[in-house]
Amino acid sequence: MRRVTWFNATSLTLGFAFLYLPMVILIIYSFNDSKLVTVWAGFSTRWYGELFQNEAFLDAAWVTIKVAVISSSIATVLGTMAALVLVRAGRFSGRTLFSGMIYAPLVMPEVITGLSLLLLFIGLDIDRGIMTIVLAHTTFSMCYVSVVVSSRLVSFDQSLEEAALDLGCSQMQAFFLVTLPIIAPAVISGWLLAFTLSLDDLVIASFTAGPSSTTLPIKIWSSIRLGLSPEINALSTLMISVVAVGVITASLVSKRASLKRQADERAAGG
Amino acid sequence: MRRILLIAVPYLWLLALFLVPFLIVLKISLSDIALAIPPYTPTLDFSAGWDGIKEFFANLDFENFEFLATDDLYWKAYLSSLKIAFVATFLTLLVGYPIAYGMAAAPDHWRPTLMMLVILPFWTSFLIRVYSWIGILSNEGYLNQLLLSLGVISSPLTILNTNIAVYIGIVYTYLPFMILPIYAALERMDESLLEAAEDLGCSRITAFWLVTFPLSKNGIIAGCFLVFIPTIGEFVIPSLLGGSKTLMIGKVLWEEFFNNRDWPVASAVAVILLLILIIPIILFQRNEQKQREAEG
Repeated sequence: MRRVTWFNATSLTLGFAFLYLPMVILIIYSFNDSKLVTVWAGFSTRWYGELFQNEAFLDAAWVTIKVAVISSSIATVLGTMAALVLVRAGRFSGRTLFSGMIYAPLVMPEVITGLSLLLLFIGLDIDRGIMTIVLAHTTFSMCYVSVVVSSRLVSFDQSLEEAALDLGCSQMQAFFLVTLPIIAPAVISGWLLAFTLSLDDLVIASFTAGPSSTTLPIKIWSSIRLGLSPEINALSTLMISVVAVGVITASLVSKRASLKRQADERAAGG
Repeated sequence: MRRILLIAVPYLWLLALFLVPFLIVLKISLSDIALAIPPYTPTLDFSAGWDGIKEFFANLDFENFEFLATDDLYWKAYLSSLKIAFVATFLTLLVGYPIAYGMAAAPDHWRPTLMMLVILPFWTSFLIRVYSWIGILSNEGYLNQLLLSLGVISSPLTILNTNIAVYIGIVYTYLPFMILPIYAALERMDESLLEAAEDLGCSRITAFWLVTFPLSKNGIIAGCFLVFIPTIGEFVIPSLLGGSKTLMIGKVLWEEFFNNRDWPVASAVAVILLLILIIPIILFQRNEQKQREAEG
């Protein structure tokens, strides 16, 4: 398959142009001086300034970050537990239902998940606010975490944990001292995935948020509905840059870690 | 003891926040029409014992579903969602396959970078990626400005607020879901098979159709399901890029709930949407299972 032909080169170039051009245009026009988004009127950073003065956006950003940190942390704990159950617990009654409930939210349309959770909260007479969004986000993102973590657990060599038990560790100690450090990369990427899913979610948050707990996507949504806005371009640029820096750093770190591991293995082997 | 605790915590969480809410939706979809005022009748009265349960089931009715069947808005929306999802999945395959192919053919040291470039948009906000197309596709948008200045067209094209814009939005946002499984299938392919085909007299194109394409079939199937299933219930893309004539069931459900405040009908819409989705979801799981068995 290793053949660089003009066809492959063109399809890669066009493909990546398609994937990135819209975002590049958005970033360029976030520095546009004009209030009209599609007319270029010179370079300016005024929309960034206005963005940082817009209390509504700042409040919504704060709510979003709080919700994302809390829900992704709970989801990581629950999702890791669920992954342990899926991979290790063997047979127990209700196992099919359990794995069904882990995989179903991944393909469930968000409108249905949102509607059903809202009806639950209303049925239980729970006031909608940050807490209800956290509950909702935790539920769907723990499923993503458990899929990520369980794929790592499958390849985990259980004899390492057994060795720890033989050497006098309790089960808890063996898990925290041996298993967890080894599956840590999967747990961390599970947390990051849950975090971005929560940051990004519009539909489920719209159903489960109360009037006083607007998240950033809900805020962005209501401004976009009124048409293009240069402030949203500035906000988008900030969000895209944060993600790009984060993902590129993470991939460089993991690349270095794997190079180091290879070097260690070579040293140990040689 | 510890094992029971380990199972119980995530299990109970999912029961309480995933399964029970669905049962509530199902129950409300079978309730009488009542605008946004709980409790919905019939209510389940456990204190009345068996008689209470019997009465509950006797009072369930299908009037919301009958309403869905008689008002042609709903079945048109289901059909139109299916149609849009089919066409969009096919278009995504058409755009995604050459990219996955190009990635698999790229030199080894490029691949991690190419992979990261495909995954990166997946981590960036979905809402923003859809929003970026409004500026491109609108009548005064960048695409029309470009085409007008090049003299390709003499008056602006209307793309935004049509189904074409919805297709573009879906292809754009779901492309990584199509590329990654196809790339995974192509990457595993044994290169010597292609050499053998060419030694035996195949041209490159026939070798592609006879060898490469069939071997990437599982990746294609997985990618198509990963695009098709979530697209049916899509809400954001048709609302932002589609016009008033774009009918998709996710949008209808949203409007039924937030604008019309008819919760029982919204619940019935959700139940039927789920029933429609069960078929592709089961097919998808079968395909995954088959692949795992073939590998294991």
